[in-house]
Amino acid sequence: MPAICIERLNKVYDNGFVALRDVSLSIEPGEIFALLGPNGAGKTTLIGSVCGLVRPSSGSITVQGWDAHKHYKQARRCVGLVPQELHLGAFDKVINTVRFSRGLAGLPPDAEYIDQVLRDMFLYDKRHGKVMMLSGGMKRRLLIAKALSHKPDILFLDEPTAGVDVDLRKAMWQQIELLRERGVTIVLTTHYIEEAEAMADRVGIINEGKLILVQRKLELMRKLGKHQLRITLSRPLPSMPPELAEHDVKRSEDGAVLTVNYNAEHQPGAVQAILDCMHKLRLSVADISSKRSSLEEIFVSLLNHEGRQ
Amino acid sequence: MSAFNFHAVMAIYRNEMLRFFQTVGQSIASPVVSTALYFVVFGAAIGSRIESIDGVSYGSFIVPGMMILSILTQSISNASFGIFFPKFTGTMYELLSAPVSAFEIVLGFVGAAVTKSVILGVIILITAYCFVDLDIQHPFVMTLFFLLTCIAFCLFGFIIGLWATNFERLQVIPMLVVTPLVFLGGSFYSIDMLPPLWRTVSLFNPVLYLVSGFRWSFFGTADVDIVTSLVAIAAFLALCMGVVVLIFRTGYNLRQ
Repeated sequence: MPAICIERLNKVYDNGFVALRDVSLSIEPGEIFALLGPNGAGKTTLIGSVCGLVRPSSGSITVQGWDAHKHYKQARRCVGLVPQELHLGAFDKVINTVRFSRGLAGLPPDAEYIDQVLRDMFLYDKRHGKVMMLSGGMKRRLLIAKALSHKPDILFLDEPTAGVDVDLRKAMWQQIELLRERGVTIVLTTHYIEEAEAMADRVGIINEGKLILVQRKLELMRKLGKHQLRITLSRPLPSMPPELAEHDVKRSEDGAVLTVNYNAEHQPGAVQAILDCMHKLRLSVADISSKRSSLEEIFVSLLNHEGRQ
Repeated sequence: MSAFNFHAVMAIYRNEMLRFFQTVGQSIASPVVSTALYFVVFGAAIGSRIESIDGVSYGSFIVPGMMILSILTQSISNASFGIFFPKFTGTMYELLSAPVSAFEIVLGFVGAAVTKSVILGVIILITAYCFVDLDIQHPFVMTLFFLLTCIAFCLFGFIIGLWATNFERLQVIPMLVVTPLVFLGGSFYSIDMLPPLWRTVSLFNPVLYLVSGFRWSFFGTADVDIVTSLVAIAAFLALCMGVVVLIFRTGYNLRQ
């Protein structure tokens, strides 16, 4: 049974804005799913629809097998939500706000567990302090602690590291990895493609309310990712030999560097063929390097492709 | 149908009461001071020159009206602010994404607001005892009226809090509608003291029925029949409940 199953979900806001168009998605238990898309693509609306913040116009959502509309209590009991904005009561005490979240989920107080969650989020020392005294990073961790207060099976992280410094971002990635090890299903939206590349098992790309692609991250990078081979020659080439031009090799202006783009998936022998050709032409190599395109480059090229259609 | 989420109701209730006790000066001291001032001004200074009304000294006569004034104002203010605050700070997302029904949310917020109003009403009554002689003739009816008024106006305040999208909206109905209605609803006078035309106009003021019924429970005399007063407050309570149910069903100002 999938952790989340979304079928033909549509959302049209009162002002006529179409936020989601026929979105269908299934998220497996224990996976980290990254939802990527530009601003206004529909990421937050999609999360809000699952969590009960947005009323879908049509379609169905089940969470751990529970219909999110008919059995909303059971469905929401399985879910923890970390919102994009730092929405917290400024005058509340840190520990009280986490207790409050646990209570809302319908669970009795559990001081030991709440202390543990605060320790995990490095907030235990601040537990009796007021929320307004916390830094931005601490507030974000507090939102995660609140979302974890009832041990949810599924955690939604809407831009979890927005505005967080690099060290803290890496620390939060570790925390998310630990949650996955405990079996928590994680759905995250992010602007930092690097974040999705580092953590996600699967990636979904949404644009203008349409889910344009859902694929395992590694498979996506293998299929759509391009490699670039860069060969620095010992002696510059005055002109491009026709044998090399046949392999789509490009020569730099000074003739010292040859480059070629290829897809390792579709052209498995491409590099060997070029090297063989160079050997036949008695070209001497000073340096050789290869670069794989990042998830970000794939993301941008997919959106550009979508935009052209 | 899902099980009643008792822990969520208690979490909301505790959270609201915590806020009340964190601002105890503003929550309790300020209404007590203003009540004492009313007694000094209307009861002692002006009241000493006014003859008794229906055999009740003016100082005692104004106690029920003053209690209604404070209960109404505080019930509306506490309940409206209670639900408006999460909307204002954005923490409403937590309530809407929690496994909590609309009824449980109302129970938590309105339950806390009613508790605050009851505490306040009791303190005002004790304060009144310090200034005037009071002998409550119908304590059961007084308690019933007191509780019904607290619940009805806390629900009314809750509706205002849901309706309000900014602080101005939050204040406009209590300031421009409720307070004038309370002052013109016989809080500090009997409508028998008014000319016939204004007496008839006053009968269209719903707050008159509250003040009158409450006063009957204290002194056994009133401008309006006690049954009419009870029916009026029960009808207002039912209306508020209906509006709250409608708001949560449609998600008005809550869900997009």
